[in-house]
Amino acid sequence: MLSYRLSSPVKLTPVTEHDLAHFSKFLQPSSIISTLSPNPSSQDELAPYNSDWMGRYKGHSTTVLKPKTTQEVSEILKWCNAKRIGVVPQGGNTGLVGGSVPVNDEIVLSLSNLNKVRSFDPVSGILVADAGCILESLTDYVAPHNHIMPIDLGAKGSCQIGGNVATNAGGLRLLRYGSLHGTVLGLEVVLPDGTILDQLTTLRKDNTGYDLKQLFIGAEGTLGVITAVSILTPPAPQASNNVILALPSFDNVLPLYQTVKRHLSEILSAFEFIDRTAYDLAVKHGQGRALSEDDVEGAECFVLVETSGGRREHDEEKLSDLLELLLSADKPLVNTGVLSQSPAQFSSIWALREGVTEAVSKEGKAYKYDISVPLSSFKEVVDNTREHLRSKGLLHDKAVKFVLGYGHVGDGNLHLNVCADAYLPEIQDALEPYIYEVVSKYRGSISAEHGIGAMKTHALPYSKSATSIELMKKIKHIFDPQGIMNPGKVLE
Amino acid sequence: MRPTSARLLNILVPVKSTSDDALEFCRAVDYAVKIRVNPQQTGIDTNVKHSMNPFDEIAVEEAVRLREKLKASVKTIKAVTIGPPKSVDTLRTALAMGADSAIHVEIAESGPSPEPLAVAKTLRAIIEKQNGAATDAKDKIDVVILGKQAIDDDLGVTGQMLAGLLGWSQATFASKVEIDEAKGEATVVREIDGGGEEIKCKLPIVITTDLRLNEPRYASLPNIMKAKKKPIEKLSPADLGIDYTPQLETIKVAEPAKRVGGGKVASVDELVQKLKEAGI
Ligand SMILES: Cc1cc2nc3c(=O)[nH]c(=O)nc-3n(C[C@H](O)[C@H](O)[C@H](O)COP(=O)(O)OP(=O)(O)OC[C@H]3O[C@@H](n4cnc5c(N)ncnc54)[C@H](O)[C@@H]3O)c2cc1C
Repeated sequence: MLSYRLSSPVKLTPVTEHDLAHFSKFLQPSSIISTLSPNPSSQDELAPYNSDWMGRYKGHSTTVLKPKTTQEVSEILKWCNAKRIGVVPQGGNTGLVGGSVPVNDEIVLSLSNLNKVRSFDPVSGILVADAGCILESLTDYVAPHNHIMPIDLGAKGSCQIGGNVATNAGGLRLLRYGSLHGTVLGLEVVLPDGTILDQLTTLRKDNTGYDLKQLFIGAEGTLGVITAVSILTPPAPQASNNVILALPSFDNVLPLYQTVKRHLSEILSAFEFIDRTAYDLAVKHGQGRALSEDDVEGAECFVLVETSGGRREHDEEKLSDLLELLLSADKPLVNTGVLSQSPAQFSSIWALREGVTEAVSKEGKAYKYDISVPLSSFKEVVDNTREHLRSKGLLHDKAVKFVLGYGHVGDGNLHLNVCADAYLPEIQDALEPYIYEVVSKYRGSISAEHGIGAMKTHALPYSKSATSIELMKKIKHIFDPQGIMNPGKVLE
Repeated sequence: MRPTSARLLNILVPVKSTSDDALEFCRAVDYAVKIRVNPQQTGIDTNVKHSMNPFDEIAVEEAVRLREKLKASVKTIKAVTIGPPKSVDTLRTALAMGADSAIHVEIAESGPSPEPLAVAKTLRAIIEKQNGAATDAKDKIDVVILGKQAIDDDLGVTGQMLAGLLGWSQATFASKVEIDEAKGEATVVREIDGGGEEIKCKLPIVITTDLRLNEPRYASLPNIMKAKKKPIEKLSPADLGIDYTPQLETIKVAEPAKRVGGGKVASVDELVQKLKEAGI
C-alpha cells in the first residue's frame, strides 16, 4: 500500500496582510478579526479563539474569519488552498480534545455567523439549519412544533450543530435516538479547494451509491467545512420524568440496568452513571442538589434514570411500579433516591449529571479520557487508574486531587477524569500510554464520543488497525491533498 | 412565667397545584413548553404538567422544619388543596415531604379555578369544622402556613383574607419563623423593601411564605412510597357550603410585547448613522 504522510511534509504558510487584503474584498470588516494590518485587533480579542474550553490547548493564530454565507466560506478555502494556508473550522469551541484551536498559526474559520434556520417541516420533523446554529437555540426553535433535537449535551448553550456533527457528538439522548450517523440526513460541505458539495437532502431513504456525508460526520473538520445540516428531529415526548438513585455498591449498576430496562422498556430514555467522587464534586460546585445527607450516606455511586413517553399517567405508573419493586426487594439494589416532582426538580437532578464536567474544571485541571469499555469494568478502570497514580506518588494535593468516573452506562461509555492541581508532564507520562493500554486490553475505544483532535493522534493505533489508519490517510489525501484542513488533528 | 400546660400545634398547609410554565424564576426546562396565552385570550394554556406552587412548597417545608425543631409539640401537619382530581398529586408530594394527612376539596376539571375569597372561605370552613368538633384545645388548628402568592395568577391575597375572616394574627412574606408554643407566640421576620421587619404575634396565626424562608427538600423515594398510604379526606364544596361561582370576570389576557432583537454595529460611524436613521 502506498503510504501518505500528512502532518509535517506539507509546508503551510502563515497568513499575511496580502491575504487579508484579498479577504476584505468579499468579507465585511466585522467578519475579519486579525492582529495584522490594516486594522490590527489586540491579542485579547484573538485569545478566546486560540484557547480551548479546558484551557489546555493554545494556538497562535493571528486571524479569525467569520463568514456569513456558504459562498464566503468557499472563497476563503479556495484562496487558502491555493496559498497553502492552514484552516481550523471552529464552532462553539467546546470540544474536549483540542480539535477546535490551531496547533500553530492557522486561520480560525468561525462558523458563528452562519446561524440561520433554513427550513423546518413540522410534519416530517426534518430541520435544515446553518452549521453555526447553537444546539440549544435549535431545541427552542423546534419546541413550539412539538419536536426535540435528537442530541443533547452539557455544552448545549454554546456548541453548534456543525460542531456536533463534525465531532459526531453522542450526549445524553443517544440511548434513545441513536447517533448522528442515523439522524443526520444530509450535509452541505465546502471542500478544501472551495467546491461546495451539496448533499443537503431531506430524504430518509436514499441508497444511491456511497453515502459520502457519513465521512464528514466525526471527521473533526479534517475533510471540509460543514456549512449546513439536515437532521431528523423526533416528536417531543409528552411526559418526562427522572429519578436519581443512590446505590450501595457499583456491583449493583448492571443488575439495576437490566431491571430498569425490563420494567421501563420503551419509555427509558437515559441511564447515566456517576461515581461518588463525581457526585461530591458536582454538589461542591453547586451543580444542583437533590439527595439529603442522610440519603447519600453509604452510597458508592449514583444512577440517573430518565423516562420520556407519550402519556404521563402511563409513564408514571410504570416508573412508580419499578421504584416500589426496587425499594421493597429483599436485597434492594438501591439505598434510596429522589423522584423529581416538578420541572424545577427535573432540571436540578439533570444538573447533577451534566454539571460534573463543569465541576471538574472548576476544581482543577482536567485530564479527560472518554473511553468505551465493557460496563462491568467501569469501576475497575477508575480504581486501577487511581492506584496506578498513587503508586507513582502522584496522588496528593499538589498533583492529582481526584480520579473519578461517570458516563453513559446505556452506551458503554465511561468518562474517566483525572483532576489535577496543574497540568504536569509527570502526570501526563503516568496516564499515557497507561490508560490507552488498559483500553486496548479490553478491546475498547480510546475515544467514545469526544474524538481524536490534537490530543489523541498518537494514540489512534490503540483503537484502529494499521490498515484502517492507512485507508483513513488515503481518504484525507483525496479530499485535502494540500493538507490545509485542520492540520495536526485526527491523523498524525 | 411560662404557662403550665404545654400547647400542641396543629398546622394546616394549603397548597395549590400550578402549571409549570409559570415557573418564571426557575431555570427553564427543555421539555416544558414556554408560557402561552390561550387562543381565547382569557388565560394561559393549561395543557401542561402541574406541580406544587413553589411558595407552597416552602410552606410545607417550613411546617416540617417546625416539627423537626419542636418535635412532639407539633401534633399534626395537614395539607389541603382545592382542585380537580389530578391535583391529588400535589397532595401526595406534600405528604411525601412530611405532612401527616390531607384534605382534597374536589372540583370539576373544566370549571373555573376558585377565586381567593372563595379559597379563604373554604379554608375557614375547614378550620371551623375541625376546631368546632375538637373537644380538647390540643386538637385545634392554630397555625396556617401558605404561600404568599400562586405563580399562575399572582393574586397574592388569600392569606390576608383568611386571617381577616378568622380574626387571627397575620404575618405575611415571612423569611424567618419561630414559634414559642408554650407562650403561644410566633416571631416572624417579614420581607419588606430594603430589609426585614421582625414582628411578634399571638397564636392562632396565618403565615405567608416568601422565597428566602427556606429551600424545600426533595421527597425521597421511601417517603414517596409511605405517602401513598397516608390518608386523604375528600370533600366537596357543598360539604363545606361553599360556592365557587366566579365574582370576577377576566376580560383579556395578553402576552407581553415581543422583544425586538438588537443588532451589532461594526463602527462608531455606523452607530451614528443608525441612530440618525432612527430619528434620534
Ligand atoms: C460541558 C461539556 C459537555 C460535553 N458533553 C459531551 C457529551 O455528552 N457528548 C459528546 O459527544 N461530547 C460532549 N462534549 C464535547 C463535544 O464534542 C462538544 O461539546 C461539541 O460537539 C462540539 O461542538 P462545538 O460547536 O463546540 O465544536 P468545536 O469545539 O468548535 O469543534 C470541535 C471539532 O469540530 C470541528 N468543527 C466545528 N465546527 C465545524 C464545522 N462547521 N465544519 C467542520 N468541522 C467543524 C472543529 O474543527 C473541531 O475539530 C462536551 C463538552 C462540554 C464543554
